[in-house]
Amino acid sequence: MLQPPTLPTNYTVKPGHIKTSTGKTIRTEEMIINMGPQHPSTHGVLRLEIVVDGEIIVDCIPHIGYLHRCFEKHCEQMTNYQQVIPYADRMDYCSAMTNEWAFALAAERLLKIEVPERVEYIRVIMAELQRIASHLIAVGTYGIDSGAFTPFLYTFIDREKILDLFEITCGARLLYNYIWIGGLSHDLPPNFIGQAKEFIKYFRPRIKMLNDLLTYNEIFVKRTANVGVLPKDVAINYAVSGPQLRGSGVNWDLRRDDPYSIYHKLDWQPQIGKGEVGTVGDCWDRHIVRMREMEQSLHIIDQALDELPAGNVKAAIPKRIRPEKNAEIYVRTEASRGELGYYIISDGTSSPFRVKARGPAFVNLSVLPEIARGGLIADLVLTAGSIDIVLGEVDR
Amino acid sequence: MTTQEIFNVLKNKFGDALIEEKISAASGFAIVGNAMQEWISIAPDKMKDICFFLRDDSEMQFDYLSCLSGVDYNNGTLGIVYHLTSMVHKHKIVLKTFCKKENPHVQSVSDVWGTANWHEREVFDLFGIIIDGHPDLRRILLPDDWEGNPLRKDYKVQEFYHGMKVPY
Repeated sequence: MLQPPTLPTNYTVKPGHIKTSTGKTIRTEEMIINMGPQHPSTHGVLRLEIVVDGEIIVDCIPHIGYLHRCFEKHCEQMTNYQQVIPYADRMDYCSAMTNEWAFALAAERLLKIEVPERVEYIRVIMAELQRIASHLIAVGTYGIDSGAFTPFLYTFIDREKILDLFEITCGARLLYNYIWIGGLSHDLPPNFIGQAKEFIKYFRPRIKMLNDLLTYNEIFVKRTANVGVLPKDVAINYAVSGPQLRGSGVNWDLRRDDPYSIYHKLDWQPQIGKGEVGTVGDCWDRHIVRMREMEQSLHIIDQALDELPAGNVKAAIPKRIRPEKNAEIYVRTEASRGELGYYIISDGTSSPFRVKARGPAFVNLSVLPEIARGGLIADLVLTAGSIDIVLGEVDR
Repeated sequence: MTTQEIFNVLKNKFGDALIEEKISAASGFAIVGNAMQEWISIAPDKMKDICFFLRDDSEMQFDYLSCLSGVDYNNGTLGIVYHLTSMVHKHKIVLKTFCKKENPHVQSVSDVWGTANWHEREVFDLFGIIIDGHPDLRRILLPDDWEGNPLRKDYKVQEFYHGMKVPY
């Protein structure tokens, strides 16, 4: 159904007059354009209402909620905390492992459960593989946004290999229900370590190839450098997180700055944007941060595979999940797109009293009007693409 | 700074705006890992002043609003919970503010942190808490003509929406 423009009530379209070269005076007017909800480059059902003055964007108002499924209300109506995990999968469906992990971690902290070390290692391996898979989608589709179709096909070949690894582990390729509260649904299959090592060996040169193909491609650089610049202070004020925040030159990664699991034992570095081809915080910086994070993730997986301890992955799964009455917790983790936090309040029963999911995509999208203003319509596609939103998480 | 120290500073500066403060020992919960469980309760009409102070004071510098969540406590009280982080000093704090269900008004903090804009719209949408001083208070996730606020505990879903049956 076609929706009429619904600008904020206090907004008025400003008319004006210009003089042409022949001396005629013509009336000008700002125009309102809808981009989406079926626009291919909005990466889902997002409607951007754009006020334009010629080609220049005067204002941009995102309309979200097309995919709203009341995740938080569903959580309250579950009969068990464990039942929330499949719903958490469906929030950010491109990065389901990190979603599961965040909820499981929050529930474990609420119950004060310690999980076996083997579980922590496997979770890190899975989360980092998922991060690579998620960044591959981001990079591939970003190529399409900028007019390069080929990298998309290559990234999906590589992502397929990660999904194969997930498939031999838990049987599912997209929505896993693998990380449970207190443990995992399955241990790793015997051939996993070999296959994962093979993938690391295969994927290292592929990153270089992708960089040659897309990142340093002159057309791509010209399209993305100095476009959609997000300054550091605006990024922090809007609580932007993940690659988008680091692209703006803020050295902040929750895996290091609010440590959880075993990340502090491993050797890796957060990647930040430096403005190598343009300004710090432009679209290219956000892209290069994702490319470099994939290398770091490979490095993390490599170490975790080498040090993987033995143990029973189901040892700590609680039979009965009943946190204390009025206990509450906010746990945040570094998901593929940024800070994924769960705020859980317990009322002493086996179902949560309140679950709030703080999705990184929701918050990252809210800064879009700030960076789109003053740009061109053609650049808006690239600016919106560089945020890498997943509408399942924006709308929950 | 710990929650206790921040509370003392706020108490000296703002006095009666603070209602109560819960410290882990008193409520019986330990602080586990990166979780935040201590909190300070603030009067809903003093929110803005205190938040500006928390953001701008050189010892506080809470520049990052992690999360803003509405809560229906199911006893006639609604509340908003703010999880703040300082990227400079790497300390955290949790603020809470409460209002009555019959007259739910809370001051907006979207001038302080831009991210609060959408979070507060979500709270308005799903809990029906009216955010005073918000620049653009509209529903965000649900359609503009939806009835009721779904995350309230006493929410009853409407029978029909534009002729479509709603309960499945």
